[in-house]
Amino acid sequence: MSAMANLMPQAPATWRLPDRGKVAMAGLIIAESAIFTIFVVAYLFYVGKSLTGPTPREVLETPIFYTICLLSSSLTIHFAAKSLARDRVGAFLGLWLVTIVLGGTFMYGTAQEWHRLIYERGLTISTNLFGTTYYSLVGLHAFHVTAGLVMLCLVAIFAVAGRVRVQQSRRVEVLSMYWHFVDAVWVVVFTVVYVLGR
Amino acid sequence: MSSNAITIPGVQLDEKPWVDTLHEWVTTVDHKRLGVLYILYALLFLVVAGVEALIIRIQLMFPHNHFVSPQVFNRLFTLHGTTMVFFMGMPILFGFANYLVPLMIGARDMAFPRLNAFSFWLSALGGFLLYFSLVGANGLYGAGNAPDVGWWAYAPLTARAFSPGHSTDYWTLALLISGFGSIGTAINIIATILCMRCPGMKLNRMPLLAWLNLVMSGMVLLAVSPLTAAQFMLLIDRYLGGHFFDTQAGGSAMLWMHFFWIFGHPEVYILIIPCFAFMSEIIPVFSRKPIFGYPVMVAATVCIGFVSMSVWAHHMFSVGMNSYANSFFTITTMAVGVPTGIKIFNWLGTMWGGRIQFKVPMLFCIAFLFQFLIAGLTGVMLGSAAFASQLTLSYFVVAHFHYTLVGGVVFGVFAAIYYWYPKITGRMLNETLGKLHFWLFLIGFHLTFDLMHIPGLLGMPRRIYTYEPGRGWDTLNLLISVGGFIQAIAVVILVANLVISYFKGKKAGNDPWDAWTLEWATSSPPPAYNFASIPVVASRRPLWDLKHPEDPDSQYE
Amino acid sequence: MSILKMKSSAVRFLARTILLLFWSAMAVWASAPQGASPHGTNIFAPASTPAKSVANLSVFVLVITGIIFVVVFTLLLYSVIKFRGRAVDAGREPAQVYGSTQIELAWTIIPILIVIVLFLATARSIHAVQDAPEPAGAIEVTAIGHQYWWEFRYPKLGVVTANELHIPVSDPANPTPAFLTLLSADTDHSFWIPELAGKTDLIPNHPNRMWMDPLRTGVFLGQCAQYCGVQHAKMLLRVSVDSPADFAAWVRGQQQPAVQDASVATGRRVFESNACMNCHAVGGTDANGRFGPDLTHLMSRVTIASGAATNTPENLRLWIQDPNAIKPGSLMPAMKLSDSDLDAVVSYMETLR
Repeated sequence: MSAMANLMPQAPATWRLPDRGKVAMAGLIIAESAIFTIFVVAYLFYVGKSLTGPTPREVLETPIFYTICLLSSSLTIHFAAKSLARDRVGAFLGLWLVTIVLGGTFMYGTAQEWHRLIYERGLTISTNLFGTTYYSLVGLHAFHVTAGLVMLCLVAIFAVAGRVRVQQSRRVEVLSMYWHFVDAVWVVVFTVVYVLGR
Repeated sequence: MSSNAITIPGVQLDEKPWVDTLHEWVTTVDHKRLGVLYILYALLFLVVAGVEALIIRIQLMFPHNHFVSPQVFNRLFTLHGTTMVFFMGMPILFGFANYLVPLMIGARDMAFPRLNAFSFWLSALGGFLLYFSLVGANGLYGAGNAPDVGWWAYAPLTARAFSPGHSTDYWTLALLISGFGSIGTAINIIATILCMRCPGMKLNRMPLLAWLNLVMSGMVLLAVSPLTAAQFMLLIDRYLGGHFFDTQAGGSAMLWMHFFWIFGHPEVYILIIPCFAFMSEIIPVFSRKPIFGYPVMVAATVCIGFVSMSVWAHHMFSVGMNSYANSFFTITTMAVGVPTGIKIFNWLGTMWGGRIQFKVPMLFCIAFLFQFLIAGLTGVMLGSAAFASQLTLSYFVVAHFHYTLVGGVVFGVFAAIYYWYPKITGRMLNETLGKLHFWLFLIGFHLTFDLMHIPGLLGMPRRIYTYEPGRGWDTLNLLISVGGFIQAIAVVILVANLVISYFKGKKAGNDPWDAWTLEWATSSPPPAYNFASIPVVASRRPLWDLKHPEDPDSQYE
Repeated sequence: MSILKMKSSAVRFLARTILLLFWSAMAVWASAPQGASPHGTNIFAPASTPAKSVANLSVFVLVITGIIFVVVFTLLLYSVIKFRGRAVDAGREPAQVYGSTQIELAWTIIPILIVIVLFLATARSIHAVQDAPEPAGAIEVTAIGHQYWWEFRYPKLGVVTANELHIPVSDPANPTPAFLTLLSADTDHSFWIPELAGKTDLIPNHPNRMWMDPLRTGVFLGQCAQYCGVQHAKMLLRVSVDSPADFAAWVRGQQQPAVQDASVATGRRVFESNACMNCHAVGGTDANGRFGPDLTHLMSRVTIASGAATNTPENLRLWIQDPNAIKPGSLMPAMKLSDSDLDAVVSYMETLR
């Protein structure tokens, strides 16, 4: 046995492999992108094919303000993660909380829009093809935003308790990848629903 | 390899109470134990789905037979297909991937052991949920509420109007849940392979099994997700009044078909690619030569991964797509046959000039090669849209896909079982029983699935619980059913072998087959931490280099 | 017993068994019904241009794949025999060959060429079948799939019937093909008469078109090929290809309203006062339901229940009394008629020629 050990090859001078958290998150993002793609395809396929009921042009109002909120939150989380990488915990926490507020504002905007659509314009998921595809696609995205917000709040709680330092920077980066993904999906959903679909 | 030093010979440890063992297994996050759990789970469902198949074949032995009612028959073929794909095929291949990938890349475990366990239990829940449907709402008599919509669950048959009750919902939820498990495992495999290889193991030195599981996992991410999405849409239709597939509201039944087959076709490649991996590991060892054309084998697999995502509508050649669409899917389907054929030639090239040992794993591999050749060629026939307009939805297709799934996947899995059982348990499987299993299964397989092509050519459609006499189908169906029973006997022999050899089999030692990849460098079974010290490699066959220091692979790569 | 001996004797046994089975299968196949009454369902016995186009293509594909099979099979068999390990080789490893660029290039390029050839042949057949223009003499039929029966309407001829399709034989000099529009009232179905054409699905909200120009008279059989529910297996098809004269006579008969026969007034009353007329239509009467087959000329059909039983008074009586006895899961409810009512209705049905 030990004779064999002498024949073991020399280890290479450097052996650096990618970070597994990031690879795993990239894998999750790929899978989620595939799910969203199918909902987007269904939405586009059914544009103009509803037999009844309100059309997008009649009832949709473009959510510019809330979109700006969500996309800005990508900026704030990016800088939050960078701050943490330099162990600037105060800046990190501040930017992190702003991110949560921006994301929460977006969710509020979605809730408000849905309330208006359902109670004032009579558009529900069962009204017609537009209703089905609209609520499913936007709802799926909103669900992912919510999941992200829950994770962000958890991190905020740990940060307020003083447990988040530069050592946790890698994990925070992985979470911010997810948040960037959610924002990128919104760019697609926004384009498909509020620009192309009208 | 000093990993033998972990057990101190001659020392008897106290017998552990069985509850402790049970607890360890239920709470394990060790990739080897989870791998074994996946494999045992799948073998259980192999038997269950096999029994379903036998009942189907008894019903079809004679025209106008009354062994089971049409309602029960339709539930049987739905359960058989769903179980074999999702609760036998996927779990057993994930099980082998789980067990082998970390060992083969010189790692101590998967990248995310807890995610690994979570994914397994999700998949287990899915299987349980599917079978709970038998007792679900209506009780066991008359097979209760098991789904009866076929394993593709075409719309609008799955709408509330045509499938009242909860049978379709059990199908949907069981697969949704196990789908999340599959995605979790796929992410885990990708992260493990990309991030946890031992020093010196560059990507082009990885065993082909690792490469192929990497490709397969990437495909899982891209393919299972569309099914997940479509199933959410189905649930929205059934419970929230949605209209995704509601043809009365302008919805499209074809949309379900597209979404399903965008999953369904890559799925079958997901099932076969790990079996290609088994071939690429086992054939070289029993031919005593390295795999012929390693780089091309990798390239061909990646090619298959990509191209197979563009062929899905060859399952829809009868639905009335226009001639351009039919032509497109014809060319892509035939194109995917090219890299697949290349692999067969490379395995042929591996055996060529070798010194073939006809141990049981190799017998299954050789049968695989012949069978996959035939399956590939009938696949080319089915890929020709015009020819397929006659062949599709008939028993010719049933014969084709069983040729790939049984003749390919099951034979590949059997080869893997005989090859790695010694590593997993520390004991050899009985060679005589193994050969008996092989020959019986081979004869039964060919009796059933060779003949099955013919009723298809004679116009017998699929998914029928009975048929008219005098169309030339009668005798063929009888013989096909007989073959099923022969295969059943063979599987019984396998199960007996697995159990008996666990207690009485010959001790295997580290490396019973004189093989070359890292899993054979540690003890059988490996210790919990796999290797005493993380190995360092300089070639694709580290153990060949150690055994042949005068002629190491590292000189040639 | 050495592995080698066992292997070759087993191989011989296997080969013999397989050949025996193969030839029995061929014998069975060859003995499938031919000639006068019903043709078989053999895709290699095409009786119409679309089926012939596909059959010819199929033979071409089979020949090419057959050649590939023989070549590769032989190479595999040869390698397994020639390179088997012998006892004398124990302990020595063969030459470790890692690959060969030229060989690998060859076995990549040749399959690509084969694929191109097969694709071109296929594309030609696809185009010939799917993009064929409709000649002036074509017979238009609308086929509507139901769970578990077939509705056939001839819009230009004013004919409505069920389950048994009549079309004229087509003379290549003066073609009279049948062009079918395929619709569905509920789930997916598939129209498959193997000897007349490849199958095309009937999908709700997605009309399809297909055509067939039968070149011989006779009865051609088929059935639904897309799983549509519990009685998918008994959704049979019967196509009667008639001479032009016979077809014209059939059309004339179908165009008449229902036979009015005073002697079955009781039965007609039973029919019209129970729920029968909610689902069924009888031309020239008040019954105009569309959920079930049109019964105006029920007696002109050879089978009932979409081929599940022959059209005899006994079967008809059984069917009306309890459809589940013939087709369990059929959507026609058992009407729970008294015996006298049942007999009366059957007598009425028997007059609907």
